[in-house]
Amino acid sequence: MKAKTVDKIATGVFIGIAAFIVLLLASLLGYILVRGVSHISWQFLTSPPQTIREGGGIGPQLFNSVFLLVLTMIITIPIGIGAGIYMSEYAKPNKMTGFIRLVVEVLSSFPSIIVGLFGLLVFVNFFDFGFSLFSGALALTVFNLPLMVRITEQGLKGVPLSQKEASLALGISKWTTIRSVMLPVALPVILTGTILAAGRIFGEAAALMFTAGMSSPRLDFTNWNPLDAVSPLNPFRPAETLAVHIWKVNSEGIAPDTPEIAAGASAVLVILVLVFNLGARMLGRYVHRKFTATK
Amino acid sequence: MAEIALSAKNLSVHYGAHGAVRNVSLDFAAKSVTALIGPSGCGKSTFLRSLNRMNDLIPNCKVTGEIWMKDRDINAPGTDVVAIRQKIGMVFQRPNPFHKSIYENIAYGPRYHGVKNKKKLDEIVEESLTRAALWDETKDRLHKSALALSGGQQQRLCIARSIAVKPDMILMDEPASALDPVSTAKIEELISELKREFCIVIVTHNMYQAARVSEKTAFFLTGQVVEYDSTDKMFTDPERAETSDYISGRFG
Repeated sequence: MKAKTVDKIATGVFIGIAAFIVLLLASLLGYILVRGVSHISWQFLTSPPQTIREGGGIGPQLFNSVFLLVLTMIITIPIGIGAGIYMSEYAKPNKMTGFIRLVVEVLSSFPSIIVGLFGLLVFVNFFDFGFSLFSGALALTVFNLPLMVRITEQGLKGVPLSQKEASLALGISKWTTIRSVMLPVALPVILTGTILAAGRIFGEAAALMFTAGMSSPRLDFTNWNPLDAVSPLNPFRPAETLAVHIWKVNSEGIAPDTPEIAAGASAVLVILVLVFNLGARMLGRYVHRKFTATK
Repeated sequence: MAEIALSAKNLSVHYGAHGAVRNVSLDFAAKSVTALIGPSGCGKSTFLRSLNRMNDLIPNCKVTGEIWMKDRDINAPGTDVVAIRQKIGMVFQRPNPFHKSIYENIAYGPRYHGVKNKKKLDEIVEESLTRAALWDETKDRLHKSALALSGGQQQRLCIARSIAVKPDMILMDEPASALDPVSTAKIEELISELKREFCIVIVTHNMYQAARVSEKTAFFLTGQVVEYDSTDKMFTDPERAETSDYISGRFG
């Protein structure tokens, strides 16, 4: 066969593969959205679930998911950025840092069900935090933290050396250089990465079943005292998240409208994760524009 | 004999086992321009970057010898590197303004070094930009990004930025090599202005530039100084054959 023909066939094959992937993704998304969107209503998004009767909602689960995300981020962002700065700017390149980097890689790709079991043994039982948002947040930290470290490290490594040198040559300390010159340049990358990581946390189920629990106590959305047992803000209460709820409803739900609830909740979850991803891109681009030239 | 601003004694720089600079001793007079010339890889830039301890940033880079500045060896262990870099400013080969506004590029250094008063900072910004011959071009856009400036303007901004922290000397590492001829001429003019106050050491590949701006010239070859004398003498009647070969363009 002539080289030209081979080239044409290869091009065709690659276009075909790409089209297949796009089609698969589009049909998957379309299927979830078409089945679920019709079930989404204000009432569905705000009311508590029903065990036996029809018309249950996902209000507490939605709130739990968002609250758990915020809790996890409060724990991981400062530690992750701190460790990332250390790895990128302070750690000497030797066997030890190579080992730390390897551990970080392995941790972030850990199967989430294992992280969940680990959380059950350590946070829930050993430290006796029980099935709680706090245990769930710690379990999510196990694989979100390494991600944050890597994102920060890569963000800082991407800052041109000339920027760092310019600041140091003015007689400015290393920390001020990192804070005032390097972090602002790295911010779009760190921000985008953080939001993408948040999207992953939002959709996580396996790690939470045994840590944050699979039940949600009656919540009183007028009580905002974090120390109160029925308060939504209490971090030491069990909390079923949206992703866990989908799994539970599907596997052991007995309400007559179970399939609709699962479909509706899935659509909400997918839409939120999409919003996270698109938001991350837009925000990253905006911040990048803001910090480099054209304002 | 003119006042000596900085004096390197037996300075050697090694990258691992490779010796990039070997036993260089040079005195730099205050309020004058010294040019370092030589072919690529002769160690002149490495030598320059050792003077403000910038080579500390490079792993495996070891600088031995003494650098005397006002009765202090600033290459000695325990020296406050951050403090001496304020006294020895640096301008790099490629313009590297911060990703900040023009105003912030200048105000950043003085603010760190303790100037908090807004009015005082405004004064420093205006004075530094004026001395770098950039004020007229930028006074209406001080709070716009510095990255929107042209290459030549950016380099003058970098010079303004380094004089804003009131150094004693300024090291320039081929400051005009990335610029067009018009911008280069402006930078050279600026150097002639600045030498009234600062000790300037400039690395250059451009022989004519060395001849135009400097009082003294040191010729580097394979990590050593072959000859160091007044620029006039170096360019008209050098002692060494290598110097005359390089200057007349027979190699390098």
